[in-house]
This record gives sequence, structure tokens and C-alpha cells, in this order.
Amino acid sequence: MPAAAKTGNEAMAEAMRQINPDVVAAYPITPATEIVMIFAQFAADGLVGTEYIPVESEHSAMSACVGAAAAGARVMTGTSSQGLALMYEILPIATALRLPIIMCEVNRALSGPINIHCDHSDTMAARDFGWIQIFSENAQEAYDNTLQAVRISEHSKVKLPSMVTTDGFIISHCMERVEMLGDKEVQDFIGEKKAEVSLLDVTKPVTIGALDLQDYYFEHRRQMAEAMKNVAPVILEVAEEYSKLTGRKYDLIEEYKLADAEIAIVALGSTCGTAKVVIDELREKGIKAGMLKIRVFRPFPAERIAAVLNKIPAIAVMDRSDSLNTQGGPVYTETCAALYNHPKRPKMINYIYGLGGRDVTLDDLRSVFSDLQSIDKKPLFNYLGVRD
Amino acid sequence: MANLKELSVRQDPLTGGHRACAGCGFPQIVRMVLLSSKDPVVVISATGCLEVTTTIFPFSAWNVPFLHNAFENSAATASGVEAAYNAFVRKNKIKGKINFVAFGGDGGTYDIGFQSLSGAMERGHDLLYVCYNNEAYMNTGVQRSGATPRGASTTTEPAGKVSSGKTRPRKDLTKIMAAHNLPYVAQAAGGYYMDLIKKAEKAFATPGPKFINVLQPCRLGWGYKPELTMEISRLAVQTCVWPLYEVENGIWKVTMNVREKKPIAEFLKLQDRFRHLFKPGNEQLLADLQKEVDKNWEELLKKGAP
Amino acid sequence: MSEEKKPGWKELPEGDVLEAGTAAKFNVAGWRSEKPVWSKDNCIQCMICWIVCPDSSVKVVDGKMTGFDYDHCKGCGICSHECPTKADKRAIVMEQEKK
Repeated sequence: MPAAAKTGNEAMAEAMRQINPDVVAAYPITPATEIVMIFAQFAADGLVGTEYIPVESEHSAMSACVGAAAAGARVMTGTSSQGLALMYEILPIATALRLPIIMCEVNRALSGPINIHCDHSDTMAARDFGWIQIFSENAQEAYDNTLQAVRISEHSKVKLPSMVTTDGFIISHCMERVEMLGDKEVQDFIGEKKAEVSLLDVTKPVTIGALDLQDYYFEHRRQMAEAMKNVAPVILEVAEEYSKLTGRKYDLIEEYKLADAEIAIVALGSTCGTAKVVIDELREKGIKAGMLKIRVFRPFPAERIAAVLNKIPAIAVMDRSDSLNTQGGPVYTETCAALYNHPKRPKMINYIYGLGGRDVTLDDLRSVFSDLQSIDKKPLFNYLGVRD
Repeated sequence: MANLKELSVRQDPLTGGHRACAGCGFPQIVRMVLLSSKDPVVVISATGCLEVTTTIFPFSAWNVPFLHNAFENSAATASGVEAAYNAFVRKNKIKGKINFVAFGGDGGTYDIGFQSLSGAMERGHDLLYVCYNNEAYMNTGVQRSGATPRGASTTTEPAGKVSSGKTRPRKDLTKIMAAHNLPYVAQAAGGYYMDLIKKAEKAFATPGPKFINVLQPCRLGWGYKPELTMEISRLAVQTCVWPLYEVENGIWKVTMNVREKKPIAEFLKLQDRFRHLFKPGNEQLLADLQKEVDKNWEELLKKGAP
Repeated sequence: MSEEKKPGWKELPEGDVLEAGTAAKFNVAGWRSEKPVWSKDNCIQCMICWIVCPDSSVKVVDGKMTGFDYDHCKGCGICSHECPTKADKRAIVMEQEKK
């Protein structure tokens, strides 16, 4: 399998080249800009058969994606932060029209204050729009997740859009070794897109995006809920197939030394890499530390999470965004909810950390594990790495 | 140019049974434009009266493919549809010409959808954008828009004891679109249907981005008897309040000469939205409005005499 | 119109998609207070009523006006107002709808 040093952005752009979508519509924004710049060059060099639309805003990017996908095209885009926020209005429309659009989303703090660095506030604010959300720990995962997302989104039981995320700068701009499939292998893996309905079929005209009043809206929303329910088994099915090609096996969650853990953290994205180093170090000292990485945040794998976390007495849930609701971050509230109806509920505290690209050091995570050893002394809601 | 008889044997793009008001002005505009295409059409519409009244689930009045996305993005959405078509043509997955038509009301075109329109036109997508311009947000209850003319009373800039309605003239969107250097830009009115049909035919025969701004009287928002829709549309032209012209590859041409310009009062007095202008004290405003119309007409004639 | 049983979410096609032209099944005759009445003898077949009708309710067969579609006509009167026939030989006149 060919391997090369790639940044997260390069890895995602490479995945896009191999997917060779029919249409890409995108607008520049730090730190996702590179993905579309690299892809625009692919298009300019004739390396892809894609219609590349250099739109005048992210709102138009997502609007054009919806138009193209409704026309039956395989469609991709990429963005970050304010760009994603400008798309928010159209994201749930893509869901409602059941359009399997794929977005490479590079997590960046939402304004304000304006900031270009990583946190998860942009993606988390988009969590209830019916998009599948897959978080990547590194460039390799960014590549692998992007390819798998096409299959997941386009599955006939799903037909929902996906955003595959990396962490701004931490993954997007850092060079790592990435193993890639050959172009033909990718094409064979993703297959042809089969659209059940196409706006371009003039012999069988359809109306897409009709007005639902009180008598139909609820039924259509219920269908979307069902589609989201279908996602988890499809993710596992696609992961199984992908592992045969690559040897890399993915799941909804990843357990790291959790089986016998007495203290554990729950985290998403690049922090998981840092945490693994700390956990290894603690294990050497005989401290039974572990981690649950959530790869798929939407659909939220609540049952799986509850099944592994209930046995662990003390848990810290790490949130790289703050809901400003006085009840912790979104990962914390959802993890708590996942365990609420379980007969064994661990003690769980929350850390808001790393906002606006604030560095997350090994020492920061060491302090969290240290806190967990006397969890009863800690408040439920904590801020990690902020100056008092 | 096809005559009415020839057009009448083509398939009607709209069925009856939609929920537009009795005497509405936009279904005819939609039909006139779409019937002018010899090739199949695909329609993309902004949120607004047109979309709301024609697609109440499970009843669609569209006999042609139709997509609605949101309010401010019919041009961007259409650009995606057109791009998909180009990709499929290149990959040999689709054959045959399709004309792409995006519709938006004046709110969705002059105001909230202006950026999307400007971007799509600048990028050069092969599509026709048609604004059905009824000069206010009619779908939500007659709120003022950037297309509302000076002196008109709307629910968000109403005439009152100390107000004579909208204080500023509308923006000249047709001119703004002409400044995009598009191959074809036109201003039309439903009342002059052969003029509109001819313009739509021209637009469909022209590759690249096209824009037509069609004045659409709204019996509810303008306040007049429903049977007068076409007549009021013609009066807008005959008073030079809404001149008919086109800009073809930069060449301006008035397409409907008005030799004996009627006073604007003949257009205004039929409509409730201008009723306050005829009360004592508003004589100067009426005179100013007339002056403004005269000046714009003279300027237009200098650009492209009929 | 008759109240049909509405489909549940399992029966509805996914994706907010409709077949073309289903509004033809929606009857708006009840909106009318007046209706247009056509006189074949006075009609000059100019097709103006057809192009100005907002409700696609002028029935045309082989390029000829053949009458009105009263399921979809809302009685706005544009057709009658725009009809170019002379006052003593009107092809379209508006009549009060009988209750």
C-alpha cells in the first residue's frame, strides 16, 4: 500500500481526488482552505472529472451542493468554523432532501472573539442537523473516514449527508505518514453513485423540496430519524469491508485500555493521540487508566458507550467546546444521558478544554487523570488550561 | 418567434390547483417563460409565493422538474444543478439540452438572494434567472423590499400621519445585472406577453448567464381588483414607471416604445398602496415621482432608443 | 375535496419528493364567487385568455380554446377583462356563481 507524508488537509484532498466527485462547491476558509485549493489544482490539471464551483460564500457552497446532489451528482465540499456556520441554514435541508453530500470539516473555534484555531464549537453547533459526524484522530483517519463516508452516506438505508472532521492545524497542517489505497481500489470500493430520484430526469419530472404543512412535516422528520437509526450498522458494515482492503478496522467508538480501567477519559479527535501517551505512562506506573474515543458523534453511539463506561468508577468527559449552558459541554451531557438509564452509573465529571486552539499538553491530561483518582473532591464542571 | 397558438400546444409547465390568489400575476409569467423553451426545462425556485402556492405537499403544480432549497439561494442552487448536468454530459451519462431556470421574487432576488444571484451570474453558469417582481414581500404580508418603489405603502414602511410610505426609490436591479456584463439582461412585464416570450426565447438561445426582471402586479399587496392584473402591468409600461428593454451583449435597446407617455397617476391611482399620495399635502411628492420617472426614461432612451 | 387517508411515515416516499402535476387533483372551485362563461360563437380564438389565465384553466385542444376548467378556475376575471371581443359580442362574460 503506497504511503506518503501528508498533512490532514492533503490527505483529505487526496481522498477527494480518488473519489473523483461529480461536483465540488467550496469557498476558502482557514484552516480548511488548503483542501479546496489542492482539489482546485487537481481539477485544473485534469486529474479529476469534477465540476468545481468556486462559489462566493459557504452559504452558496452548500446551496450548490444541494442543487447538484438533487440532480443526482456525487458531491463534496470542505469548510471550517464561520464557513460551517454560514451553511447551517442549508445543512438540515440537505438532510431533509436525503442528499448524501460529503463535507470535509476542519474543526475551528466559532467567533467570537474571532479565532482561527482548533476547537469543536463549529461542528458541535451543527450536531442536530441530521448530518452524520465522524471525528478523526489523525491524518490517516481523516483519509480513511472520508472514503468510508461516501459509502455510508450513499447507502440506500441511510441517504444522509456526512461531515468528516479533523482538528484545525493540529491535524490539518501537521505532516504524518498516511497509507493510501490505489485509485482503482478506491473507485471499486465506493462504486457508482445510484440516485433513486434525479431532478435531471426530464422524462420523469419530480418536485423536490415541497412545502410540508402540519400534516406531513412530522412524517418526513420521522423518516430522517429512522435513517439516522440505520447509520450505525451501515458504518460497521462499511468498516468491515474497508478493513479487508487496508487492515485498518474502524468502529463507532475506540476503547483504549478500558477493559480493566479504574479511571478513564472520554474524548474526540486529536486529543485522543495525546491521551494515549499519558495513559501508557500511567499504566507503566501501575495506574489503571484508559480512554474511550468517540469516533462517530452522530449518530451518538449511546448504547455502546454505556456498555463500556458503566464498569468504570471515575470518568472525565473532555469537551473541546462549551455549550455555555451551565451544564457542561455537549459530549458530557450526551454521555451522561447515555448512562442515565443504566443500572450502574459511574461518577462523571466534565472538562471544557482547548478552546480557540489552547494547547492541550501531556501535563494537562496528567492532571485530569490525577483528579480522577479523587473524583469526589472535584466539581462536576471544570475548565482545563484557562488562566484564572 | 412562436405565436400563442403554437405555444398552446406545448405542455403547460404548471397545472391548475395551485394555491395562488385569484388574479395572481406570477403563474402567467412562469408559463410564458417556460413555454418559450423548445428544450426541456428544469426549474429551481426560491422560497416565496411561487414556491409556497405551487408545492403544498402532496400537491405539486409543476409538470416540469422542480427544486426548492431555501429563500436566498435559488441562483446558487441552480448553479449546482447546472454543474451536475455539465459533469454528467462530460461523463456521457446524460444527453440532450436542458434549460435551467431559477425563479425568485423580489425579496429573494433584490435583497436576501442578491449575493447568490450576483455570484452565480459572475461565474457564468448557463442558466436563466427570472425575478417575478411584485415589489414587496407578499408571501409574508406585504413588507417592503429593495424593489418597493418610493411612495408605496407597505406593512413595514407604511404611510401614516407623518409618513408617505417608502422614502427611498427602489434599487435598479436590471441595471445592476447589466453591470455584470451578462450576454443577456432584460426587463419585462407580464401584461406585454409577446415581449416577454420573445425575451425568454432569446435568453434560451443565448449560452451563459441570463437575467430577466419581470414586473408582477400583486392584487393583494398592491390593492386592486383581481381582473386588472394585466392592465396594471401594461400601465406600468405605458407610464414609463417600468420600461421594457433588453441589454444584449452590452447593447441597450428599449423593446416597447412609449410615444405618448401617460401620467404616472394613471398607474398609481388604481392601487391602494399609493392611495395616500392623492390626499392633500402630497402634491409635491407626486410631482417628484413623475420627475424621477421622466428622468429615468430619458436616460434609458439615450442608452438604447427603440 | 374528499379526505383521503394520509400515508404514514413508512409509506411516504423518502426525501420530500412529489410526482409532477399532482395539484391537478386539488379542486379550488370553492374559491369562486363569479365564473367565466364562454361563448363559442363569439370567440375569435386569439388565445389571449389562455396566456393570461393564472390557473391554467383555459382548456385548449389542438390550438383551440374549448372552454374552462371549472375545477381550477378561481373566477378572477382576468380572461374576461382581457378578452378583445366587442361589447355586443363578448366571448367571455363573468356570471355570479350560484350557491
